[in-house]
Amino acid sequence: MAQAQPDQLSSAHRLEWRRVLTDYLGMAVALGALIAVFSLSTEHFFSATTFRTIANQIPAAVLIATGMTLVLIMAEIDLSVGSVLGLCSAVLGVALTRWNWPAWAALLAALGAGLVCGAFNGIVSQAWRLPSFIVTLGMLEMARGGAHAVTNSQTQYIGPAIDWITSTELAGFSLPFVLAVLMVVVGQLVLTRTVFGRYLVAIGTNEEAVRLSGINPRPIKQVVFVLAGLLVALAAIIDTARFQSANPNAGIGFELQAIAAAVIGGTSLMGGRGSVVSTFFGVLIIAVLNSGLAAVGAKDEMKRLVTGAVIVVAVVVDQYRQQLARRTA
Amino acid sequence: MGLLGLRATLAGPAVVRTASRALPKSAILMPGSDPLLQVSGLWKSYATPVLLDVAFDLHAGEVHALVGENGAGKTTLARILAGLVQPDQGHMTLRGRPYAPRTKREAQQLGVRLVPQELNLIGNLTVAENIFLDHLPHRAGWIQRRQLLTQARTLLEQVGLGQLDPACLVKTLGVGQQQLVEIAAGLSQRCAVLILDEPTAALSGAEVDRLFDQVARLKAAGTGIVYISHRLEEIQRIADRISVLRDGRMQTTQPASALTLQQMVRLMVGRPIDQAIRRRSKPPGPIALRVVGLSRPPAVRDVSFQLHWGEILGFAGLMGSGRTETMRALFGADLPIRGQIFLHGSSHPVTIRSPRDAVRYGLALLTEDRAAQGLLLPLPIRANLTLPSLPAFSRVAGWLCRAAERLEASRWTHRLGVRCHSIEQRVCELSGGNQQKVVVGKWLLRDCDILIFDEPTRGIDVGAKFDLYQVLDQLADRGKALIVVSSDLKELLALCDRIAVMSAGRLVATFQRHEFAEERILAAALSGYLSSKTHERSSPSTTACN
Repeated sequence: MAQAQPDQLSSAHRLEWRRVLTDYLGMAVALGALIAVFSLSTEHFFSATTFRTIANQIPAAVLIATGMTLVLIMAEIDLSVGSVLGLCSAVLGVALTRWNWPAWAALLAALGAGLVCGAFNGIVSQAWRLPSFIVTLGMLEMARGGAHAVTNSQTQYIGPAIDWITSTELAGFSLPFVLAVLMVVVGQLVLTRTVFGRYLVAIGTNEEAVRLSGINPRPIKQVVFVLAGLLVALAAIIDTARFQSANPNAGIGFELQAIAAAVIGGTSLMGGRGSVVSTFFGVLIIAVLNSGLAAVGAKDEMKRLVTGAVIVVAVVVDQYRQQLARRTA
Repeated sequence: MGLLGLRATLAGPAVVRTASRALPKSAILMPGSDPLLQVSGLWKSYATPVLLDVAFDLHAGEVHALVGENGAGKTTLARILAGLVQPDQGHMTLRGRPYAPRTKREAQQLGVRLVPQELNLIGNLTVAENIFLDHLPHRAGWIQRRQLLTQARTLLEQVGLGQLDPACLVKTLGVGQQQLVEIAAGLSQRCAVLILDEPTAALSGAEVDRLFDQVARLKAAGTGIVYISHRLEEIQRIADRISVLRDGRMQTTQPASALTLQQMVRLMVGRPIDQAIRRRSKPPGPIALRVVGLSRPPAVRDVSFQLHWGEILGFAGLMGSGRTETMRALFGADLPIRGQIFLHGSSHPVTIRSPRDAVRYGLALLTEDRAAQGLLLPLPIRANLTLPSLPAFSRVAGWLCRAAERLEASRWTHRLGVRCHSIEQRVCELSGGNQQKVVVGKWLLRDCDILIFDEPTRGIDVGAKFDLYQVLDQLADRGKALIVVSSDLKELLALCDRIAVMSAGRLVATFQRHEFAEERILAAALSGYLSSKTHERSSPSTTACN
């Protein structure tokens, strides 16, 4: 029986489309509902300005959350992203202002800082088989310390040196936004359409089975930590350009926001399940929630209360959705 | 070493020891006295029937031994008695009252305790805490440490661990000591019925003697003891009565003095073989794999064998005889190892330092525990099948050609007859037999040609077993080289061209198809555990921990 069964193949297609729909439809509906609620409750919300502001705010968060999603899918975690963002930003700022490096060299230095931090996380956690929770917690402190050391704890005002990053527009969208969306698309394709992505999901599902299948999981995991570090460096460059300054305290709490976005998007902290596109929706939901609550005049404490509740509700709903999918599959 | 070897060993030092340390046999079976524990018409099945209409009884002050091959149902019976498992059917009475424990705790409250075969200790707690885990002495929730340690010390002395500090962590102990701690935990509460499941598996001769002293003491105090063991000579030393289980059926229950070792072995074996799956051996092809002196102490000691193309080589042995460990060592899954591995008749050894190396050389290991080590349960059949060969489905920069992947996955799903509604179905939704076929498929898709099956039919129902036997048979006929590790001797007898027997970490005998005889194989499997070898196997246990 060398021939494939056509009915099996077509049902495979059908199933895949259904999965794509159930994965993204729910997220899109939730996002649409949020926008509708805020638009109805205040006239200030539904405007081009609001959406432009959101589009300017989120690129850094999207990039970080994309890296975080890949890390979470292989059942690891990266707590250092916020601090690494601070460090990369600090290196960029100091290179431009104090060392008077040309912009391209300063940008490379920032990317290099992200790469080194990611490589440290990956190599140390894999070489000694340490939980990435601990290693990246260490990196969280080290990178923050590094950021303060490099800048002498002073915010570096860099002026318009790298303003072109935020001011360049492509088809009406800012360069950072386009870059972030591009990374989401690339990340999703890598995850679902490449050997590497399949290995990630497999490692997150059952690392021992992967090892016994003749695949060494360790270099793969290390590469993912490095990728996460590089994405954080990109995010740092974008935020530094946006604020025209490098603050050594930049990025505090970003790791939890990134995890929240991934979790809202249905990524499992136990690994093996997740989608970069869903995480993108997660970032959008958090961003819309924040500006919507601001538009209706909610105070900061209320914003945090609501955002926290949304995270919990999202995870509960996701549980039900999965059970439903399992029953109908 | 065959049966002759077994006989020789039995006639030697064993007899002397039996004579010198024989326990006083109780005035056996006072007729008229009611049994302490009585079981009748007990049925239990999981995927396959495990216990069929079993009857069993135990008197106060008696040691009743339970023997049988792997999978005969001994442990299941013990677990039912101890309330860990509920029977499908059957009637049990304890002291004349109906007895149907639903939990371990309920059984313990009624005075029935099990010391399990596998170690259940918590490594990060102290010896004393482990012994008293379910009844720690406390006052208002505060553990009374001094009392705990004193009581623990008394119990440890009883099992011969008097020098062991009860405050040291269990994970620092060797296996033999842990087993004694487990036994001490069993003695920690007064009980009417004590079930010991393979208590001596990791014990040395002196430790066994000490254990038997305790058994004698309990017996004298009127405790009924169910004693499960593979070590038949021990059973002759200690048991008042012996019951033999075979394939879930009680073969016989007799006074210990009425059964010889040879009779016991004969009663343990003897299930008719299904003729339909009997393999027709062909002349072996050239050598595919030669293993010389493979060692990974203490589980694997100096194992050498060769495997030919087109051959199915079975590995028989008791639980813990080192078969799984040998295969994992060969596959590079556990390091370090000693020994040499030659492939394809070459005279140059290959270095296998990881499963990755092994797979590159065309080896495949189908592990004992499919769920934990072989499959990605929540992922679809397709992803499981293609995992080891993913790069083959990519032409450019790791980009997967999904059409090719689906086609190939679909082909193998069909070829192996995996029952599913689509290749996108999640593997966790398949039955055990179909899951196993997926594991086979993933290696065939990778084009591996030396396939090592560890317990391929565990947890698989009878129909699916038959399917799988045919798959294995055809693979060998197509020229692949197969190793099958199985605890089901019947399966090996039907399926294999040759059977290698492991005992206590060594490969002790190899049988050609025309030499196959259950008794000889079982005798070889038991040989490593007889008297003289028991001593060298275990480390002394009386060292105190730091």
